[in-house]
Amino acid sequence: MDRVAIVGIGQTKHAACRKEVSYAELVYEAVTLALKDAGIGISEIDNIVTTSNDFWDGRTISCMATGDVSGGYDKNISCVEGDGTFGAFYGLTRILSGSYGTTLVTAYSKGSESVSSLITNAAFDPIYMRCLGLDMVSACALQARRYLSRYGISEEDCALVSVKNHGNALDNPNAQLGMKLTVKDVMNSRMIASPLKLYDISPISDGACAIVLAREDRARKITDKPVWVKGVSFCADAYLLGDRDLSECRALEKAAGAAYKMAGIRNLKKEIDLAEIYDAFSYQELLWTEGLGFCEKGEGGKLIADGATAKDGDIPVNPSGGLLGAHPVIAAGLIRIAEAALQIRGDAGAMQIKKDVRNALAHGVNGVCGQSHCVWILGQN
Amino acid sequence: MGDFWSDAEAIIHESCIKVPYSWQAGETASYFLTQLRDEGKIWGKKCPCCKKVLVPPRKSCPFCFVATDQWTEVSDEGVVESFTVVRRDTIIQPKKAPFAYALIRLDGADTGLVHVLGEVEPEAVREGMRVKAVLADDRKGSLLDIAHFKPVGS
Amino acid sequence: MAKRAAIVGTGQTHHRSIRRDVNGQELINEAVTRALADAELTIDDIDGVVIGNMDHFEGINYVDCWSIDGSGGYLKPTIKLTTGGTTGATVAIAGYHLVASGMFEKLLVIGWEKNSESDTTGAIITCSDPVIDRVVFAGAVAGLALEAQAYMHRYGATPKDAARVSVRDRRHACNNPYAHLRQEITVEEVLNSPILSDPLRLHDMCPRTDGACAVIYASEDVAEKITPKPAWVLATANRHMYSDFTDVLDVSSLHSMVGASRELWQKLNIREPLKEVDVIELYQPYSWAGIIWIEDMGLCPKGEGPRLLWDGVTDMGGELPINPSGGVIATNPIGATGLIRCAETVLQIQGKAEARQVPDVKLGVATGFGGCFWTDMIAFGSKKPN
Repeated sequence: MDRVAIVGIGQTKHAACRKEVSYAELVYEAVTLALKDAGIGISEIDNIVTTSNDFWDGRTISCMATGDVSGGYDKNISCVEGDGTFGAFYGLTRILSGSYGTTLVTAYSKGSESVSSLITNAAFDPIYMRCLGLDMVSACALQARRYLSRYGISEEDCALVSVKNHGNALDNPNAQLGMKLTVKDVMNSRMIASPLKLYDISPISDGACAIVLAREDRARKITDKPVWVKGVSFCADAYLLGDRDLSECRALEKAAGAAYKMAGIRNLKKEIDLAEIYDAFSYQELLWTEGLGFCEKGEGGKLIADGATAKDGDIPVNPSGGLLGAHPVIAAGLIRIAEAALQIRGDAGAMQIKKDVRNALAHGVNGVCGQSHCVWILGQN
Repeated sequence: MGDFWSDAEAIIHESCIKVPYSWQAGETASYFLTQLRDEGKIWGKKCPCCKKVLVPPRKSCPFCFVATDQWTEVSDEGVVESFTVVRRDTIIQPKKAPFAYALIRLDGADTGLVHVLGEVEPEAVREGMRVKAVLADDRKGSLLDIAHFKPVGS
Repeated sequence: MAKRAAIVGTGQTHHRSIRRDVNGQELINEAVTRALADAELTIDDIDGVVIGNMDHFEGINYVDCWSIDGSGGYLKPTIKLTTGGTTGATVAIAGYHLVASGMFEKLLVIGWEKNSESDTTGAIITCSDPVIDRVVFAGAVAGLALEAQAYMHRYGATPKDAARVSVRDRRHACNNPYAHLRQEITVEEVLNSPILSDPLRLHDMCPRTDGACAVIYASEDVAEKITPKPAWVLATANRHMYSDFTDVLDVSSLHSMVGASRELWQKLNIREPLKEVDVIELYQPYSWAGIIWIEDMGLCPKGEGPRLLWDGVTDMGGELPINPSGGVIATNPIGATGLIRCAETVLQIQGKAEARQVPDVKLGVATGFGGCFWTDMIAFGSKKPN
């Protein structure tokens, strides 16, 4: 298989409301930064994959607004609906198929323009479940309770994730919510849907991200710091919440297993130096670290309590602050790829972890309670 | 560019997508919903392959990709497997906060059903609690024909 | 290494104006079950799913996740694409790249729509920019009417010419057991049908339909083991330019079709498509597209489309039959429509199109149309590419 690298990265400043720009202009901002980072012009982009979501945008065919601002005029272009990690996956295959030498991938969200509970309620099927009025927060609260109870993980363990990630976000110039918090602050924050409290829940942000993928020959001409795509896979679990054991994440286990295999990773602890994962809620970082195999099932609480996922720990998780730091919905996973790639390049500024980052993991999610996961392994070599 | 913006007023264009929908439940869900509405009964459908009784019923098994073939009535009682007490109001929730959602495994079912709890103080909800369906007075052929689940014995 | 990829199985529902007996997931399940049966595969053989539709036609968010109950995608990779009317062709192109990348061996690709569940126009007008276009100009019919007017004005064609296109496709649809509208109509009936937006009348336009389509892609490693006649993907091309309908100034031709077809013919090394292509399934949402867009595709010079139609060149038995299936004028479950074009082209190559079979098809082209006057194109061939 041809090798593909990330050769350009751009993201906007993420904020609760970026009222000075439309969502299309947010994308243009990120694309401009990614091209500048790669040191190339739009003419060197062979094809484009945008990612969007018609519900979040309040617009049918919302990708109509983001093609031209992604440089798609008179080029081959497509649009994935879902998290940016899935869009990037399609962008990757368009190179591996032998069709294109470079792909520009974009993702964005302007969550400030809509009502998130209405939008995520539409993820529930209209025949049976939608009338119950569940949304992402209340459904994930059911998952959190099930996970915490099954393994005896405490709300304080979850609070540690919030403290860590909001703290890490202080070092991230693009983050929305950098905060110095204590476990007590999180525990005392307003209860939204038990056991989830305000600081357990990621904000909804306005923001965009763009990356440039390139086939090896093109990558080497563009940059002397290519970040190689070594393994990637995705997988979906059953749909109805009652069809799944919500304390498990089999789809993530399967996606991660396939990505590790493709990347030739045998010893996770030795070979993965850092992870940027989809912490839409504090408990999810713990559950996903189990699904990714960073610890045994039920040990996610112990992993953070021991400091393993801290910036100076054995396996730093979300040194960027993760989704708790900023969460432009559809872009969130692509931002994880961008942040992981910056760490590999050594370009993560104040976020840069101490140890050399040879391999890093990035993770994105589609659907409710982590129904569908996409896992990327990136590397220096 | 910065100068431009400082002189401009931020125009916020308020709008709303209004699209009417008429979702067709199909034969399988229609049977389930009419039985719930008219008889107050809860039916599942059994997969001939994995033998799971799916509640709510599906025409094909999501796990085995074969047609389900056996209607099976399940109990209106079950066990709370997980719950959350919602403390904030949204325009889509069927009750005013605080109230609890629960993931309930009905006796005789192999999958869970999410619903709301009633006739119970939110602070008193526990996992493992046995609950029973309370039918709504005015039933329309929806899952809300079960008004809520209440603790057994209350 | 990149792999060659082919479609080895297809399945469609019997398309209807309304399918009350099934919900969306169950509709998808019908098409998937038929595609698997056609390829003599089981769901366990499938290693990934691509799905597409238009969100606001059914009002379901995260359709990739919701569809698992019907698609058989449980514990498999599932990815959703959506690009408006082009969606069905977009997922077909995605299926090609995913398999050609070497990361999937057997892939299920699904397009579906249950248009009866919503107000199609109510949903589609929200595709226009909310601050600029939506307040003044929106809706599929109005945009297409502008194109027809501009073309008539520039090339002197008449509504009677366009009616000939509807007559052709409705006649062809009678040969297709899956088609939605299966009654012949006459030129007079088209010209006397109710006016929608001048010059477009009811029978110039596609219907709205409930339906699903599924195809199975296989890589070169297994395609010929699955079927003796895989339909190989020879080339793809698309153009999705413009953000707003008001961006398009000269609407007497379809710019995206000009760009995409030029690229496609170049990739295929084709100089005279009229002579070299054996069949076309054209995503033609209204009659005039059957004239304007085949010119833009390079089948004949601009302004000569009507002659091709009246000479019967594009009829069954003509030099280059277009829409043997009856096309979009007869059947339009929007998110499936582009994929049905692909499935029908594949059937032609496999020699499985029965009453609608064009003899000896070696090269067929399927197109998609949607969004802001966008075009997707995909060419299938009977011969494995080099």
